[in-house]
Amino acid sequence: MKASAPPKSESFKLSMLLSDTRYRGTSLQVITFIIFVAVFFWLVDNTIKNLALLGKDVSFNFLFLRAGYDINQRLIPYTSDSTHGRAAFVGILNTLLVALVGCLFATILGLFVGILRLSKNWLVAKLMSIYIEGFRNVPVLLWIVMIFALLTEFTPAPKAFKGADPQATMLLFDSIAITNRGTYFPAPIFGEGSFWLLLSFILSVIIVIFIRKNANKQKKETGKSFPTFWISVLIIILPTLGFYFLLGKPISLEYPYLKGFNFKDGIHLRNSFLALTLALALYTSAFIAEIVRAGILAISKGQSEAAASLGLRPNKIMNLIILPQALRIIVPPLISNYLNLTKNSSLAIAVGYMDVRGTLGGITLNQTGRELESMLLLMGFYLCVSLLISSVINYYNRSFQIVVR
Amino acid sequence: MSKIAFVQKNKIPPSPAPISEVGVIGWLKQNLFSSWFNTLLTLLSIYFIFIILKDFIPWAWGGHWDTKSLRECLDLNPDVACFSVLTARWKQLLFGLYPAEEYWRPTVTFILLIFSIIPILFPKYFRFFWFSIIYPGLAIWLLWGGSIWSVGIVYIGFFLGVLLFILLLRNITKNMVITGISSILFVILFFIFFSNYLVKNLDIIIPISLPPVESLKMGGFTLSLIVGITGIVASFPIGILLALGRQSNLPIIKMICVGFIEFIRGVPLITLLFVASVLLNYFLPPGTNFDIVLRVIIMVTLFSAAYMAEVIRGGLAGLPLGQHEASSSLGLTYWQSQRLVIMPQALKISIPGIVNTFIGLFKDTTLVSIISLRDPVGLASTIRADQTWNGIYWELYVAIGLMFFVVCFGMSQYSQYLERKLKTDK
Amino acid sequence: MRKSLFMVLSSILLILGGQAAFSGGHSVTLDDVKARGNLLCGVSTGAPGFATVDDSGKDVGFDVDYCRALAAAIFGDPMAVKFVGLTSAVRFTALAAGEVDILARNTTWTYSRDTDLKQTFLGVNYYDGQGFMVKKDLGVNSTLELDGATVCIQVGTTTELNLADYFKENGMSYEPVPTADNAESQQQYLAGACDTYTTDASALHGTRVNLENPDDHLVLPEIISKEPLGPLVRHGDDNWADIGRWVLNALIIAEEKGITKSNIDSWKDTKDAEIHRLLGTGDDDILAMVGLPKNAMYNAIKAGGNYGEIFENNLGATSGINIERGVNASWTKGGILYSPPFR
Repeated sequence: MKASAPPKSESFKLSMLLSDTRYRGTSLQVITFIIFVAVFFWLVDNTIKNLALLGKDVSFNFLFLRAGYDINQRLIPYTSDSTHGRAAFVGILNTLLVALVGCLFATILGLFVGILRLSKNWLVAKLMSIYIEGFRNVPVLLWIVMIFALLTEFTPAPKAFKGADPQATMLLFDSIAITNRGTYFPAPIFGEGSFWLLLSFILSVIIVIFIRKNANKQKKETGKSFPTFWISVLIIILPTLGFYFLLGKPISLEYPYLKGFNFKDGIHLRNSFLALTLALALYTSAFIAEIVRAGILAISKGQSEAAASLGLRPNKIMNLIILPQALRIIVPPLISNYLNLTKNSSLAIAVGYMDVRGTLGGITLNQTGRELESMLLLMGFYLCVSLLISSVINYYNRSFQIVVR
Repeated sequence: MSKIAFVQKNKIPPSPAPISEVGVIGWLKQNLFSSWFNTLLTLLSIYFIFIILKDFIPWAWGGHWDTKSLRECLDLNPDVACFSVLTARWKQLLFGLYPAEEYWRPTVTFILLIFSIIPILFPKYFRFFWFSIIYPGLAIWLLWGGSIWSVGIVYIGFFLGVLLFILLLRNITKNMVITGISSILFVILFFIFFSNYLVKNLDIIIPISLPPVESLKMGGFTLSLIVGITGIVASFPIGILLALGRQSNLPIIKMICVGFIEFIRGVPLITLLFVASVLLNYFLPPGTNFDIVLRVIIMVTLFSAAYMAEVIRGGLAGLPLGQHEASSSLGLTYWQSQRLVIMPQALKISIPGIVNTFIGLFKDTTLVSIISLRDPVGLASTIRADQTWNGIYWELYVAIGLMFFVVCFGMSQYSQYLERKLKTDK
Repeated sequence: MRKSLFMVLSSILLILGGQAAFSGGHSVTLDDVKARGNLLCGVSTGAPGFATVDDSGKDVGFDVDYCRALAAAIFGDPMAVKFVGLTSAVRFTALAAGEVDILARNTTWTYSRDTDLKQTFLGVNYYDGQGFMVKKDLGVNSTLELDGATVCIQVGTTTELNLADYFKENGMSYEPVPTADNAESQQQYLAGACDTYTTDASALHGTRVNLENPDDHLVLPEIISKEPLGPLVRHGDDNWADIGRWVLNALIIAEEKGITKSNIDSWKDTKDAEIHRLLGTGDDDILAMVGLPKNAMYNAIKAGGNYGEIFENNLGATSGINIERGVNASWTKGGILYSPPFR
């Protein structure tokens, strides 16, 4: 123990806490911590005083009170008699729906645009760069309102479908109606026996996956490629079709039809949802396209030349050589763009889409006057989503990145 | 010996390339119609362009510019644009509700801005750096008006502080910590006790002042620029500190920095703006009340500081570890090595990222319209509520979008140019 | 430590902001307003007739004129007022947080806003009710025929709650299309994205007459709710509330008595004691009780005229919005506008 004691020649002075590198780190931290705690308590103290002045308290009881307002798009049952808590949950589901669909479309579009941006076709490449620059350099809020206006102004009202000689007609054998209140799709109705049908479908998908895996393995071992495409198609379609007729057509489609003011039945995608999703997807896809382009360009040209000299066709080069390598570069910023899209979905208010900011952070906040509580919950929700997404990025980075030694 | 029937004695002049391979046709063939797939793509693109322009061009080209109201436009020709709203309101879109006779002030402010960035961007003009330091105060004074001394006093205070620091360091003690703390204390005391008195007297001796303009009058692009630029400039030092804190090996500091960055990046800007507009007053001592534009700027600064920190952290991570080790082995202290070795390189790498953060922030300033500030988007809804222009839509949004596009596209081109420039000198 | 930290922080903020104004406690709003030299009035960011900005950048509207009258009463200067545009979503918090001294933003007086949100309503400056507008070719003549309709509605207002209650009461279903503001609702309605547009009837009439073909549209006869709109202040400063309330009452009394902006100076010799009290031309100075100058109400009326004139200029025929006085006429003319006596 003696050896670890500091040498006696340097007696301890107070000023050493700040100047001596042995202590400086610790004392710096202690000071920071004290300031941090002090500021924190100062803020809390102020809040308590202010609330007392206004005669308010902090309570989350409002979540269990009757909301009293209606929400047009609800993924779970909800009426104006439901609680504010349930309204918030409806909002959360709506936010997640927009985020999910938006990310999906943004990825597909972004991949598409990013690859076309590198096309040798001059016109296409230019068009794509106009697309990218156009969407990237104009605020997303403007895109949301403009696309919403576009959908409202240039689509027919349901009334136009009425009469003997309607101004507008439904698409695809009267199954899809595009109106300025949204788009109506046929909805599947699951009758008796649809469980078995779905089961057989899932089973055949599993079989196909198994076959493909095997084929891949064989290809790796023997170098011979084993054509699986047509076999997979047959395996998926045949038994499903067979069961479909055997079980007496258990799944049918419910077509939307015009009744009274609106179309009834079917799946109704409201314009607010479409505009928000579309705007977010288009906006984000421009960023994703740039990421994809950068990812592809980062793969050295030698790789594609080497692949070409092995006799691979251009689309095989893309699929087998470039993309797998580019993905390592593409995926992390891609996911962080998903996060941005989710956060941008909070602009839903501009088109009246009832996401969580519209319900919990909008109407509920407004009707109950519980700003502090609503904002805390709202931020908590977004934080959870973002932490979830960033943990996915970290996981990806850890497992797929090339390890640099 | 077989006889050679024919020997070419002189060189055959190269024949011109076939007409299908050069010139316009060749270019077309190579770039647009090289294969059936490319041809298809080209045709599709042309069709697409046609569809978009078919309606847009006649609408925009024949637009009215000088009617008094939307109704007049509709009476003349309802199928074309009514740009008269821009003729009537372009000043509001640019300057918000800023008093008309004072329009020169924001204009001068933004022109001077260009001069203040030059010394930072081009090392050649670094000797004019003093202007970049003076500029923020000058801009505040020009925009908000009032006495020049209420802004000047900040500079005087800090100048005296720095003077004291240097004097102490030269003459009394070599200890940086003690001199640092005492000069900071001096500055604080100066601001608490002397500044008001000094401002009053200076006002009497040399009265220079502009008519004050309150923040509520700021709007339009002026507001976007004020919020965007102040946000990015003020967030820069905070961002650097946060980035260093995140990389530091002191656990508590690291925790606080990571917590802050992740929190800010995790929530949408609109919720932070809502905090600024609705909740910030709860967190400050009872009775404190300062204006909404300042609150928004504070929130936007914190917001962009978190993003800036990540950009700079990227720059720091881009430096090889050897740089740290080499500077330590030269005997440089932590701050010395940061200042002389690490930061100059890291910042240089992160300039494109910083510009991109700025573009993002500038676009995000449109969100302040949701908390009822009058930025261009907010003004658009105010204009639409006016009886004369009630019902107008596309003209306003297209114009606003175009203005944002010009600014953001310009900056992004600049950042790409920088990226290329920085790449070549590696 | 806390105190000094605050001092430093606040002085830095003060300097940085240039204009950052600090007001004192919440309890003496009038003192704050006087010290500041102007009134902070929360108005709508854009409600036709109530508050908007004209081509020259000047605030105009019914609510705007009320605030000008209040400023005139306090300072003698109708221009000593700053207008803070507030969306319906942030209005109450802005008032509670002290960002504005008074909220005159066509806000409905309800029980819960009065009690739960801790606000004091100063009276009613406009009696409104929620109505529905439809296109005539829809063939609907009563709200009860609207079962299954799509309804455009502004978010964050009482109309949302009324709508839900009304349709539920009558066993009808509907589909709400929430919009951010009046202009947005109007656009959606005109494009046919909703069958009917619901909001306060005044706004409906105002919107209707300015549509391209007003005759194609119909405001349905049913009024489904009471919407008494009025200015409001924070709980806890009764003196301030009194000032706001009596400026409003003064404007109403002025119309009742026939005092207008132009003839206000000709009442010096009237035998009506109430007019003397109101205009401060008599002996007793009853306005000193609330801390206002003797001629405060004279200035208030002088600013934009009496209630009737303000109505006429902003909502009536002069404004082009053409809203009928209806119930908003003085009680002497068959309306329900009735002020307690000025005594």
